[in-house]
Amino acid sequence: MTQSHRLENIGLINRNKKISFKFNGKKLFGFEGDTLASALLANNVHLVGRSFKYHRPRGLFGAGIDEPNAKLQVVINGQSEPNINATEIELVEGISATSQNCWPSVEFDIGAINNFLKSFFPAGFYYKTFMWPKSFWYRVYEPFIRKAAGLGVGSIEKDKERYEHKYEYCDLLVTGSGPSGLASAYAAAKTGAKVILAEDKPRFGGSLLTDDVNIDNLSGKDWAYKIISELKKMPNVTLKNRSQVFGYYDHNMLVMFERTGDHLDKKSKYHPRQRLWYIRSKEVILSTGSIERPIVFGNNDTPGIFLASAAKEYMKVYGVAVGKKPLIFTNNDSAYETAIEFKKNGIDPIVLDTREEQNSELINDAKNQGIQIKFSHAVAVANGYKKVKSAKIGKLNSNKTGFENIEIVQCDCICVSGFWTPTVHLTSQSGNKLKFNKDIDAFVPDKSKQKETTIGAANGSFTLKETIEKSFESGADVGKKLTANQVNIQVPSVTEKKHKSHDKFWCSPLPKNENPKRFVDFQNDVSVADIELALREGYRSIEHVKRYTTLGMATDQGRTSNLNGLQLVSNIENKIVPEVGHTTFRPPFTPVTIGTIVGREVGHHYMPTRKSPMHEWHLKKNAVFVDAGAWKRPRYYKQGNENLFEASKREAKNVRENVGICDVTTLGKIDIKGPDSAEFLNRVYTNAWMKLPVGKARYGLMLREDGMVMDDGTTTRISENHYHMTTTTAQAANVLSHLEYYLQIVWPELNVNVVSTTEQWAGAAIAGPKSRELLKKLFPDLDVSNEGLPFMGYVESSLFGVPAKIFRISFSGELAYEINVESDYGLSMWEKLMELGKDLKVQPYGTEALSTLRIEMGHVAGPELDGRTIPSDVSLDGMVSKKKDFIGKRSLVKEAFIKNDRQKIVGLVPTDRKSSIPEGSHIVSDKNGKLPNPKLGHVSSSCWSVENNNPFSLAIIKDGKNMIGKKFFAVSPLHKKAIEVEVISSHYVDPKGERVRS
Amino acid sequence: MLHIKCPYCGIRSQKEFAYGGDATVKRPKLNSDVSDKEWDDFVYMRKSPRGKHIELWHHISGCRQWFKAQRDTATHEIFKTAKINEEIK
Ligand SMILES: [Zn+2]
Repeated sequence: MTQSHRLENIGLINRNKKISFKFNGKKLFGFEGDTLASALLANNVHLVGRSFKYHRPRGLFGAGIDEPNAKLQVVINGQSEPNINATEIELVEGISATSQNCWPSVEFDIGAINNFLKSFFPAGFYYKTFMWPKSFWYRVYEPFIRKAAGLGVGSIEKDKERYEHKYEYCDLLVTGSGPSGLASAYAAAKTGAKVILAEDKPRFGGSLLTDDVNIDNLSGKDWAYKIISELKKMPNVTLKNRSQVFGYYDHNMLVMFERTGDHLDKKSKYHPRQRLWYIRSKEVILSTGSIERPIVFGNNDTPGIFLASAAKEYMKVYGVAVGKKPLIFTNNDSAYETAIEFKKNGIDPIVLDTREEQNSELINDAKNQGIQIKFSHAVAVANGYKKVKSAKIGKLNSNKTGFENIEIVQCDCICVSGFWTPTVHLTSQSGNKLKFNKDIDAFVPDKSKQKETTIGAANGSFTLKETIEKSFESGADVGKKLTANQVNIQVPSVTEKKHKSHDKFWCSPLPKNENPKRFVDFQNDVSVADIELALREGYRSIEHVKRYTTLGMATDQGRTSNLNGLQLVSNIENKIVPEVGHTTFRPPFTPVTIGTIVGREVGHHYMPTRKSPMHEWHLKKNAVFVDAGAWKRPRYYKQGNENLFEASKREAKNVRENVGICDVTTLGKIDIKGPDSAEFLNRVYTNAWMKLPVGKARYGLMLREDGMVMDDGTTTRISENHYHMTTTTAQAANVLSHLEYYLQIVWPELNVNVVSTTEQWAGAAIAGPKSRELLKKLFPDLDVSNEGLPFMGYVESSLFGVPAKIFRISFSGELAYEINVESDYGLSMWEKLMELGKDLKVQPYGTEALSTLRIEMGHVAGPELDGRTIPSDVSLDGMVSKKKDFIGKRSLVKEAFIKNDRQKIVGLVPTDRKSSIPEGSHIVSDKNGKLPNPKLGHVSSSCWSVENNNPFSLAIIKDGKNMIGKKFFAVSPLHKKAIEVEVISSHYVDPKGERVRS
Repeated sequence: MLHIKCPYCGIRSQKEFAYGGDATVKRPKLNSDVSDKEWDDFVYMRKSPRGKHIELWHHISGCRQWFKAQRDTATHEIFKTAKINEEIK
């Protein structure tokens, strides 16, 4: 196939480099510098997809971010990605694209039947049509919608591409490189300010590339090139093309999306595909320009209908004619440039102007070139299904509510211009309220909210002379504010053709006895009739109309539909547009890939991993790890074909019978120093701390001010004014912040310092009846007898010549010790323990065995201390001092907290002594009770008691202590289980706590 | 994302800080007689003003100091930051 619609001698493409690509399986050619869209049009391919709801054929409509239709599934670099805008992707060798929203193919689409079943898909169709009958939902509606609707298909394969994040600080960020962006960036840069100029397209220059203007005796394009080359030479300027600023956040933080890879033929493995920039800019100039808006008419979505500005861009930038028999339909002067451009390239257009006979420089130019112009005319209906073939046009009556006559003209494309809409998305995102400008029938920025200035067409300035002058001024002003340097720049002279004012005509009337669809929002298939229906059904707020009809809610954010939608609502409501108001713009302004947002934080880079010094040893011994915050902890050490249950049972049993060692490095450790440390601990913990002697540890309980248990752990008095606090792994960070809060804010008079030492110490717990023997082997010179190192005792010694801390504390309920050495010696300590403990049958144990041991002992942990329990709920009333005040004490005497029937901790065993009770099960008295079945409590922790060889659980049950001996059911609908259980004491093993003291 | 000036470290990104709520709340003194109402006001009751708000921030990924900031809750403008023992008027 030849490039039948490629023009000679025009455009900025490189005709020396031919590029092949595939569209819907067909091989086509384009040139370097093409977009996928321009290459398709050069090959006269217009039909690119089917519409979302009615599956109507859709063609290209815009030439950039204004494109609502051409969302393609594109395979580039071996990766498939949906919803790529054909107008924004640059042509590279081997690219392959397919249409979306069509099944089985874009040429023949079964869903198009929806077009003939209009009543089936009115506004709000999601909300009402599929509500009845209910049984139809799964069988008929849902499969049908899934197959026939939706956008492209996301790849389920791992994304092989690389994405990056970058943080940047600058004095001034300028968004958009059209005339206003170039002029302001240039002036600001001259003051010495650090400037970033961002341009969404591959080419800088914006409208200067296509508008017929003259600046300082240069064409707009050449003047743009001149400024760009000067900016490139300035060291304080960063120029970024292919870069879309899509979000404006607080404190002048803007986020930009740079396409760094997709346009390259080849790139290295490490070259990023896309880059996300977080830019903190002292000042921002928004020079985002404007987007042409369509005029609404019958079948205005037929392929072959374009924005007039897009048709011009295709000619002047890409050397492509969108048609050879064009009809230009306009309410203003700017479309005449498109008509003249067609004429220059040997194509005869017909112009339909909704205004009465006009004379302006531009119109006269068109007349002089012999272009046929029909004033007071409009397109009523486009004819043609997959491509425009002709149009019904007519002369408008005097109030433009109907046609005086209708005639048919042959055409192969219709270029529409309904005037211009400033692109105010970023301005609006910054928090700036918009105001309506009646002269241009559009919203423009009001007072700046952040440090931003909107200039040029984005601010509603549509003449180049004014834009250039004001932009130089704004750039110089902002630059002066930032650098205090004054610059005097000679503002260039501008020649442009004067325009007559536009006609406030935005929607053609329908011809008599015809009712074709007239679309307002192409991407979401919202027609005039849909909006009318929403209003008839009582929707008034524009935000509600938007949600009900989905107007402007597609990925194009209603760039071409918002204002026409507002016009329609205000016409029906007999209001003016500003009274109707506008919907809120939110980031991202254009779609951004998830890969870019995620950046390098993928796989194991997702979050940092904390490993104990013994990690490699655990790995070698087949440890299966569990995440504890950022830590990796061994859950169990797998031997042979063991599963979790078997391994943890073996490990726990060995602790009860012999001796086990457990890596407890992850426990939070906080060093507390200062003369007021004892007083501080006395205020932080519920129990008494003033009399703890040096060389002794104590278990402590910490509350929040609302009385709920926050954390528990042991704290040891190392010396007179020095304490070593331990916290649970999970609460380590919170406890440190908590302590700092009280020391810095509430009791600054206390002379105490706290610092985290979690990572300075490696820890091993040695537990079991033979643990003393093992400790003796490790420290042969130390008196480790029950008298020399009693329960809750602490001694210091040395191991491998470095200090070691030995605590006689127990979590397992067995005779146990914890040894801490400097982290670097942790592995040596661990290996030594394994070596010395061989004949004592030492085994390592993981968190699962650790849980089993503490559960059957009735020791509470995270599942019981879940932020909803006070000390008496978990049988820790004995820890609460009656004599002194402490954090949270006042809450404990509140009425709800002293009620008798509070939920309290108990033990549970299944009456059959066999069935394991799922954690999270609800306790009910009747397993078949009528719903809602009253809940008495829940199962917090479950284990297989190795001591008694049957399941055992901890539960928190209403009035628990008085329920002992009663039978209930533990029900878990999720596991489809209902197990009869007997309530017993939570201390299932060694209730008197004799072992730890042995 | 906010830009916050730690009184000890200078301007840093919001990422480095944790929010700490209303800075004007005073904890009742230890061992004092506190009515239910007083205690509930301290533990639970917070105003949610639109506009200027003096609040606590904690520079957790920095110097670990708590400090005060006066921020507009509607616009996020931060007018002043101060050390805990300094007043914001
Ligand atoms: Zn700091």
